[in-house]
Amino acid sequence: MHGNNDSFEAVIGLEVHSQLLTKTKMFCSCPNIFGMEPNTAVCPVCLALPGALPVINIEAVRLAVKAALALNININKKSLFARKNYFYPDLPKGYQISQYLDPVSSNGYLDIETEDSSKKNKINKRIRINRLHIEEDAGKLIHIGNRSYVDLNRAGTPLVEIVSEPDLSSAAEASAYLKSLREILVYLGVSDGNMEEGSFRCDANVSVRRKGDPELGTRAEIKNVNSFKFVEKAIEFEIERQIDLILNGGKVIQETRLYDSKENITRSMRGKEEAHDYRYFEEPDLPPLILSKEFINDVKNSITELPAEKRRRYVSEYKLTEYDAEVLTQDKEIADYFEDLIKENSNRIDIKKLANWVINELLSELKLKESEERMPLSAKNFLELITAVESGSINRNTGKIVLAEMLSSGKSALEIIKEKNLAQVSDDKGIEDIVKQVVNENQKEFADLIGGKDKLFGFFVGEIMKKTKGKANPKKANEILRKYIEENK
Amino acid sequence: MDDLCRLTISEIAGLLKKKEVKSTDILNSYVKRIKAEEPEISAYLYNDFEEAERNAEAADKIISSGSDYPALTGIPLSIKDIFLIKGKRTTCASKILDNFISPYDSTVVRKLKENNYVFLGKTNLDEFAMGSSTENSAYKITKNPYDLNRVPGGSSGGSAASVAADLCAGSFGTDTGGSVRQPAALCGVVGLKPTYGLISRYGIIAFSSSLDQAGILSKDVTDAAIMLEAVAGFDEKDQTTRKFNVKKYAEIVKKADKSILKGLNIGIPAEFFSDGLDPEINSKVSEIKILLKDLGANIIDISLPDTKYSVSTYYIIATSEASSNLERYDGIRYGYRYNENDGGAIQSLDDLYRKSREAGFGNEVKRRIILGTFALSAGYYDAYYKKASLVRKLIIKNYKDAFAKADIIIGPTSPTPAFLIGEKTADPLSMYLSDIYTISVNLAYLPGLSIPVGAVKNPTKTDGILPVGLQIISPWTTEDKLLSVAKIIEDEVKFREKIKK
Repeated sequence: MHGNNDSFEAVIGLEVHSQLLTKTKMFCSCPNIFGMEPNTAVCPVCLALPGALPVINIEAVRLAVKAALALNININKKSLFARKNYFYPDLPKGYQISQYLDPVSSNGYLDIETEDSSKKNKINKRIRINRLHIEEDAGKLIHIGNRSYVDLNRAGTPLVEIVSEPDLSSAAEASAYLKSLREILVYLGVSDGNMEEGSFRCDANVSVRRKGDPELGTRAEIKNVNSFKFVEKAIEFEIERQIDLILNGGKVIQETRLYDSKENITRSMRGKEEAHDYRYFEEPDLPPLILSKEFINDVKNSITELPAEKRRRYVSEYKLTEYDAEVLTQDKEIADYFEDLIKENSNRIDIKKLANWVINELLSELKLKESEERMPLSAKNFLELITAVESGSINRNTGKIVLAEMLSSGKSALEIIKEKNLAQVSDDKGIEDIVKQVVNENQKEFADLIGGKDKLFGFFVGEIMKKTKGKANPKKANEILRKYIEENK
Repeated sequence: MDDLCRLTISEIAGLLKKKEVKSTDILNSYVKRIKAEEPEISAYLYNDFEEAERNAEAADKIISSGSDYPALTGIPLSIKDIFLIKGKRTTCASKILDNFISPYDSTVVRKLKENNYVFLGKTNLDEFAMGSSTENSAYKITKNPYDLNRVPGGSSGGSAASVAADLCAGSFGTDTGGSVRQPAALCGVVGLKPTYGLISRYGIIAFSSSLDQAGILSKDVTDAAIMLEAVAGFDEKDQTTRKFNVKKYAEIVKKADKSILKGLNIGIPAEFFSDGLDPEINSKVSEIKILLKDLGANIIDISLPDTKYSVSTYYIIATSEASSNLERYDGIRYGYRYNENDGGAIQSLDDLYRKSREAGFGNEVKRRIILGTFALSAGYYDAYYKKASLVRKLIIKNYKDAFAKADIIIGPTSPTPAFLIGEKTADPLSMYLSDIYTISVNLAYLPGLSIPVGAVKNPTKTDGILPVGLQIISPWTTEDKLLSVAKIIEDEVKFREKIKK
């Protein structure tokens, strides 16, 4: 008997590639846009025509440095570009310009939330980051029938590669790390974080060893994982596969494996023997990348509050629940919007109420409508609606209807309320008249109510609301009905 | 009018300015000359007389308009077939680019167009500029105008021959390890390789990126200065160019006076006079030493102790970079792609690459790709590429130390005069040694110039002579000094006048 699954531990490191949100490509001035006609965003440089030379896109460098600073990675004032040589039709030059020996940044960390060994308590875990470097993306192969087509629009797109140390010990941790990383990059405006379109990609290095064994096991590299769910599943499968292999007397071999999401398995792609010799060497077409103190400071100053800090502040400063803080900060646009509401909140509506309006009304309404525009309402307009409800000039249900109308028509809350005559009937005289009318139409029920059938109170309130199409202020309606009952007893 | 093609650029420009001749007259003289001589010499891969005529007519219009115009307006030039010209075939003398029509202009050609030059045609070279004799061209062998049985040198052999045989007024070549200076020496013309980064490499087919530099082949030093001024300078498309202050080289050369030699320290590196040097060339260089001394210069002995490593260092760095630079010729996007009708069926993607490159590249190119691939391979990188990069630093330091004592350095350009066609093709190593004195200049990013200083007897041709080149090397970005000293030597030696007789 060799032991069981529990006597093993997994050692995982992630290599994340993220496209940078620059206007132009890494080494030429072609547009960096997804979804153009194949081979239209190309030029002599990214087509690798004879004689063409790369020119560093400083905007890409700026975004890479921004990401590195946010991930606590040391910026190297001098870094080098290198060529990674291999033949493939989507790689027009026959080499990828990357960074090898001297990356733009090295040695950082990212803190993630995970569970302790009892799996009962949440703890923070520091995942060390080996490096973040700049490189260019390859083009794309499109296979149709038995033919393959090359689209070089993506060739030369700027990327950062972020390599973690093997500090992750479960699929869940890997997923938490990846989510946190993605959140930061999206927050900074460095990446769109889109895994399906491939602008945010992840390779996982997975190995297992018996607990307490100081030696690392042989690792397999898993490629081609294009969603958070698949990252978790692929790693889980791979851990199981390796443990089973060892328990059955086998040996893990160093290889590259592809994840097949349909069958939820990983498959060997190439072994160590077939591994490429990339023949890295310094890119002679580019000078060393020298970053001045001013440049680095300038980038540093452009970094806004990161999601984890924001969450902490929402809880301590705004007294929101952890859950609400989480929902509001998951997306920078939502967080920015929420903070705009607070800034514009001249009627001093309780911040918790604002948070509820965003989470319960706005976000669910947007989700319902599958709105493409993320935050289509101006903070000012939304506050107008919130104020109308919170001050009682319309009731909550009407508020929801108005919100839907605002989102579809683009009109302001006050416009809609006025146009549709939705303002609550709050004046005593108006409601009194309606109460009388309702009693008149339901004399038998009213007699029963006075006679002690208290359940009928709700019926009368309902009738009043029906008559006013919901516009009556429910509090007022209650009050006046009660008074009327007393008077007629 | 037939003699117009024998004039230098400055002479032609003078006639154009005085409106004594038109650019079309000049062109006609060259066309006539090319038609008569080119079949023997084979300097060109192709001529484009239609384009030349359009260019000449346009230049004449500009000249007759009376306003100021750039220095090369109306001057017929040839271009090594390594520079891209929009709409023109650019092969780099390789089968792999047999059908390649460039969709864009190299920066050098863009500047020449802005200068209203006249494009005569593309000159022959060793395939991908790899060679010292132009015998490695996939298309033809260029002959030395002094002896049709001999090579013009290389790799810019077509350019050097075209200038020497008056088939153009001047030519643009490239120099990676001596490819401008060595053929200039063998053909008796001026060859200038400027400081690395002074002329943009954009649109020049890369051989070895850290060594390649556009160069100039001209009939005299003044022309070299005019041509340099027209194309030098920072280019935002080439990050290895620098924001140098491009000087008025032509004016500086015009004013060059013997007096600048007074007290000038001229270094003679002992290592440039080693065993392999032809004794007659040695004595020609000695004559120049005496001449310069007589003009007031201090001749001092210096040492470039690591020169002996320069050929091996060069062949590791250049081939490593080339192995990578030539990966783009894969038969996928442009150029030659193996066709099943050419032989066996294509088995796989790798097989397509292999067969296309097998048929597309010549032997010397393949030899260098293999050498460079090996030098960069895992397990060998440290021993070869990394070591070579370190030696390169030593060679740079050698020159730095030497320039602490000497203002400029002189020596032979080539260890031998032009050799016979086929003489060295079977022995690549002996071919590589023909750049032994030029290579270290590229490794150190320095400017170097070859100037004809005389001739030796041609042992295989009765009454024949073979030119001898003197190499002048100056510190980084001091082309002004380099050209000035060259001009003074030129005026003293009077090579052109003597040869004409």
